[in-house]
Amino acid sequence: MMLHIDNLYVSVGGTEILKGLSLEVNAGEVHAIMGPNGSGKSTLAHVLAGRDGYDVTRGNVVYNGRDLLDMDPETRAWHGLFLGFQYPVEIPGVNNTYLLKAALNARRKFNGETEIDAVQFLRIVKEKAKMMQIDQSFLNRGVNEGFSGGERKRNEVFQMAVLEPTLAILDETDSGLDIDALKIVADGINALRSPDRAFVLITHYQRLLDYIEPDHVHVLADGRIIKSGNKTLASQLESRGYDWVLAEAASA
Amino acid sequence: MAIKNQEIQDLVGRQYQHGFVTDIESDTIPPGLDEDVVRLISRKKKEPRFMLDWRLKSFRHWQTMREPDWAKLNITPIDYEAISYFSAPKQNNDGPKSLEEVDPKLLETYEKLGIPLHERAALAGVAVDAVFDSVSVTTTFREKLAESGVIFCPFSDAVREHPELIEQYLGTVVPYRDNFFATLNSAVFSDGSFVYIPKGVRCPMELSTYFRINEANTGQFERTLIIADEGSHVSYLEGCTAPMRDENQLHAAVVELIVLKDAQIKYSTVQNWYPGDEEGRGGIYNFVTKRADCRGANSKVSWTQVEAGSAITWKYPSCILRGENSVGEFYSVAVTNNRQQADTGTKMIHIGRNTRSTIVSKGISAGRAQQSYRGLVKVFPTAEGARNHTQCDSLLMGKECSAHTFPYMEIRNPTAIVEHEATTSKISEDQLFYCRQRGLSEEDAVNMIVNGFCKEVFRELPMEFAVEAQALLNVSLEGAVG
Repeated sequence: MMLHIDNLYVSVGGTEILKGLSLEVNAGEVHAIMGPNGSGKSTLAHVLAGRDGYDVTRGNVVYNGRDLLDMDPETRAWHGLFLGFQYPVEIPGVNNTYLLKAALNARRKFNGETEIDAVQFLRIVKEKAKMMQIDQSFLNRGVNEGFSGGERKRNEVFQMAVLEPTLAILDETDSGLDIDALKIVADGINALRSPDRAFVLITHYQRLLDYIEPDHVHVLADGRIIKSGNKTLASQLESRGYDWVLAEAASA
Repeated sequence: MAIKNQEIQDLVGRQYQHGFVTDIESDTIPPGLDEDVVRLISRKKKEPRFMLDWRLKSFRHWQTMREPDWAKLNITPIDYEAISYFSAPKQNNDGPKSLEEVDPKLLETYEKLGIPLHERAALAGVAVDAVFDSVSVTTTFREKLAESGVIFCPFSDAVREHPELIEQYLGTVVPYRDNFFATLNSAVFSDGSFVYIPKGVRCPMELSTYFRINEANTGQFERTLIIADEGSHVSYLEGCTAPMRDENQLHAAVVELIVLKDAQIKYSTVQNWYPGDEEGRGGIYNFVTKRADCRGANSKVSWTQVEAGSAITWKYPSCILRGENSVGEFYSVAVTNNRQQADTGTKMIHIGRNTRSTIVSKGISAGRAQQSYRGLVKVFPTAEGARNHTQCDSLLMGKECSAHTFPYMEIRNPTAIVEHEATTSKISEDQLFYCRQRGLSEEDAVNMIVNGFCKEVFRELPMEFAVEAQALLNVSLEGAVG
């Protein structure tokens, strides 16, 4: 098993957000986590990536046989964990491609590999940029500097494509995208699907799942996963909303 | 332009790395300052009469002056009687005639600082004047430069070999009465660099001076004079380091630039004097007067500075834009960490018609450091169509540092257009986490964000030095976050 979240409790500033969340993800799988606003979806993403300010009060997370919560954010990244941010931040003056190269090389160094040579790197970047329909000029701008919301999201998937993570957690990567951009993003994610890679897609809407077929769909509400199923669950949620699931969980 | 990740990795975990002392026998005069000392310095340098007279005039005026106290700096009083005003490595004869005669220990020192003085080992395309305490040790590529008529030599040599140029230009940009520290420098200055670029010549190499303070309890008072004759062009860079000592040491320099019609000077500084320790013990007092006079039409001066060292920096490289259409630029990155203090900025004096100036100042404060930007934009009634754009950005790291901005403007021509922008920001948690999530260590993430902040200034530096400047910034801010 690649990722095993066991009975996880997390507080932020004294308020309990995750309340006994459990989830198992195997290599090759795509999991969609859906749920109403405020259910703890983004908290889950941030805790897995190691952001400060989230207190894990109970439970544990094992990632490829290692205690994930024990690692700092960069070590998680070196072990192949990638977070696509819901709100990617601007870093003025820091070249987009330069950040990527530094990130890639930091991971290669960790794995005892030599730095990637410039020609090879440029080839990869060009190829992935083409896939994400990202303009060349975009690569040499500052990280997310002056990017529109849609450009930022595409940039996240582009970065993921270059870094080729083992586990990708995408936090509402579909929100704020028009239908064309959504297709590009979905195609980018589909192109990266492979037997040794897993995805956790956090999404508010079902529409991303029209383009990316998930193996498992989970409903996260009030800090726990209250229902899991296959892709038909997503369509049910789309047509019926969340209330029936919540009611079902309450009566269980 | 990006520095390789490996280079940053190598630098992380290092402290001030130029803090060693060279064990060399020196000829240092006893501390104290009076007319005899001024005469002695002049005699040691075998100066012509006019030079001694100028020094004495300066000294007498200095005695009537008081230290300036308007800067936002907290300065431990300086005892001018406790400083030795001249120190030179001991030599048997009149000084080395060639590199073979230079004390190997000195060559080793510069080697260690990464400034090889053997011409075959030197940085391609860069001529270096190496100033050690009060004297110039050697100047590389002098002959090669002379082929195109460029004079690049120690100031002392220029006084003896080109007295007519010195007499004509010395003190015409920074008069001997200018300010307390400049006047002191005028009385006791020891060495520095002299540059003359003849009419229409584009200097074939980068020129560079490397200042090193070695002796304890000495002051360094260097003087640099650069003259760019009509239509000429030169790029000049200075670097500076000093050993780690518990006492403060005074460095009071004067730089004068003269730019004639259609000429250009690009002057870059990477200042890395010893900044003192975490508690603020020791470090260099860096009190410098730098000024450029754009005398001719269409002349241009560009100051670029990276100020990372020194316990205290008091420095305002300025431009007097006299010639029509002349251009002044000031690009500055100042970094203060721990207990460092800096009060720095520029003055743009618009006198000629259609003169233009640009100011880009980036201040980074960490630890308990204090930093101020102080700038003056002055537009004379004669400066029809003058334009200025000023941008001051401050980046704060941690909670105990501070940044201040004092922009002064005196506009006396209604056609002038003057713009000022200022921002103060912190490295955000979001930015740090974003970089770390991608796989950068916290230290690398900070370096990358800070370098991004300074990018507009770094791209003004010559390539080799931009890399050095970035690396220096990273070392200076070590441990500032976390």
